[in-house]
Amino acid sequence: MQARQRAAINKMTPIFHINNLAFRYGSVPVLHGLSSSFAAGEFAAVVGPNGAGKSTLLKIMAGLIRGYSGSVEFCGKPLSALTALDLARRIAFVPQETHMVFPFTVGEIVMMGRLPHRSSALFDSPRDREWTREAMLLTDTAALSSKSFNELSGGERQRVVLASALAQDPEVLLLDEPTVYLDLKHQMQFYDILERLNAERQMTIISVTHDVNLAARYARRMIAMRSGSLVADGSPEEVLTPQHIYDIFEITAAVVRRPDGRGSYIIPTA
Amino acid sequence: MAAAATSFQQRDGGLSAARFAAVVGPCALFCLAVLLIAPWIGSTGITWRNVLAGVSPDREIFVVARLPRVLFGAVVGGALALAGVLFQAILRNSLADPFTLGISTGSSFGAVVAIWLGLETVVWGVPLISVAAFLGALLTILLVFFIARTRGTLPTFTLLLAGVTLNFIFGALIMFIHYASNISQSYLMTRWMMGGLDTPDMATVLHAAPFVVACFFGLMWMAAQLNPLAAGEDWAAARGVDVQRVKNISYFIGSVLTGAVTAFSGPIGFVGLIVPHTVRLIAGPDHRTLIPASFFLGAAFLVLCDTAARTILAPIEIPVGVITALLGGPFFILLLKRKHGELW
Repeated sequence: MQARQRAAINKMTPIFHINNLAFRYGSVPVLHGLSSSFAAGEFAAVVGPNGAGKSTLLKIMAGLIRGYSGSVEFCGKPLSALTALDLARRIAFVPQETHMVFPFTVGEIVMMGRLPHRSSALFDSPRDREWTREAMLLTDTAALSSKSFNELSGGERQRVVLASALAQDPEVLLLDEPTVYLDLKHQMQFYDILERLNAERQMTIISVTHDVNLAARYARRMIAMRSGSLVADGSPEEVLTPQHIYDIFEITAAVVRRPDGRGSYIIPTA
Repeated sequence: MAAAATSFQQRDGGLSAARFAAVVGPCALFCLAVLLIAPWIGSTGITWRNVLAGVSPDREIFVVARLPRVLFGAVVGGALALAGVLFQAILRNSLADPFTLGISTGSSFGAVVAIWLGLETVVWGVPLISVAAFLGALLTILLVFFIARTRGTLPTFTLLLAGVTLNFIFGALIMFIHYASNISQSYLMTRWMMGGLDTPDMATVLHAAPFVVACFFGLMWMAAQLNPLAAGEDWAAARGVDVQRVKNISYFIGSVLTGAVTAFSGPIGFVGLIVPHTVRLIAGPDHRTLIPASFFLGAAFLVLCDTAARTILAPIEIPVGVITALLGGPFFILLLKRKHGELW
């Protein structure tokens, strides 16, 4: 079943095609000849330890880092040929955390997501309002709309940033450790929304995280990175073996099936 | 009116024409009222009958002395407020002002050199001191830009460092020239660096105003793109903003606006800091309303301060920078206290 699904996905043009991607920050190499592809409608998690290059990979895919070598294609076109505006109309990016230097309200922040689609230089259209309204309902943030962003809790903030990303009407959602500062309940709540977006709207979701258990619970594909290279790629069950976990995180761990049958989770033992 | 009041208060999302009018309309009207009233106030009483009938000296006082000064005050105040908004946006710091990156010291350096060399002539209606001040500002603007520029980007941190460093260097040069000059030159230098709106004639105003107004409309076109910068450059880029382009344009428009008006008025502090802050506290930080509201309130604020500066101790004039800080400071503290908690 799993293999058949993968075969069906591979037949389609991948939404991202990455070939021999390398990148360095100044003289520090971060990614070494990485190749992979992502199909439309996937829910993938990129896992790995700190410094593995996960966030760099994600930012390159979002068009936020340029000047890499190798090729990254989005829907068959090289990413370098697309402007920030082209990308923002189809790809949305959610960072780890967001600080606002000025006291913008939640509604204003969600409305910023309409920037790539606006037709008038000055005013927001009724269509823009509909989109932000819907994005706020989806993320359960409508009640916060006139509150100042800086007064919100961490969980509320991340949902608002997600709403702003959804207001972009994206095909692809790229998330960089979106729940790293949230407690367990808010982590689940956040990923529940992502799961719904993926199931109901076929939105492609690629999330970077170092929480493998959370990734295993929600993602259908897991990509493990270490020191700028891919270590494993497959379903969470395929990736989460004691050997892989040792290779990736340098820890010994027991892998246990979840009681509800939804994937496995790991228990570090040493 | 009730509808206008609600759309002014409600900040639950987008910008409608109604909300824009509710925020910017009162600011524009207030500015207009100040411009209409200020020329009639001053140390010598004049009547509108005499001015319209062309009776001397009322007409001369109005047309030659007060009107250009009031209009120039509006141009300078509006420009400094706009520059303040821009620097706060690109430096992502609400404490930035038009002079943070060294433009006031750069233009003061130009002016001080000109005074030292005795260049007190006027060429094509422009005093050479102002020309030198503008060149000093331009020099600073370019130096800061090229020092701060790193691999095609303009990082906030290096921008601040370059600005602050040049501030010190030009400050030292000014001190040296000041020290080397005679007492009457020294007085002129000190007076120039205090700033004031007392020099310009109508020609200066007519040269500066179209430039400032053109910048204002250019910025309105870009205003929405400044909003997501508040959350960082990646955040803005992910929403389709060409961040480097927006930063470069903002830096140059803000700098040249500041340099152009400072060349004639000398450095006038506080307007560029306090006006955008006040607008943000009252009507929110959306640049689509912040830019026009700051422009009109900056113009009105400086004209009011200058009117106070030339009447309080008449016939003695107080440097307008003294008034902007003395009037603006306490007002701002009051506003902060009332709105506390909403700031950050």
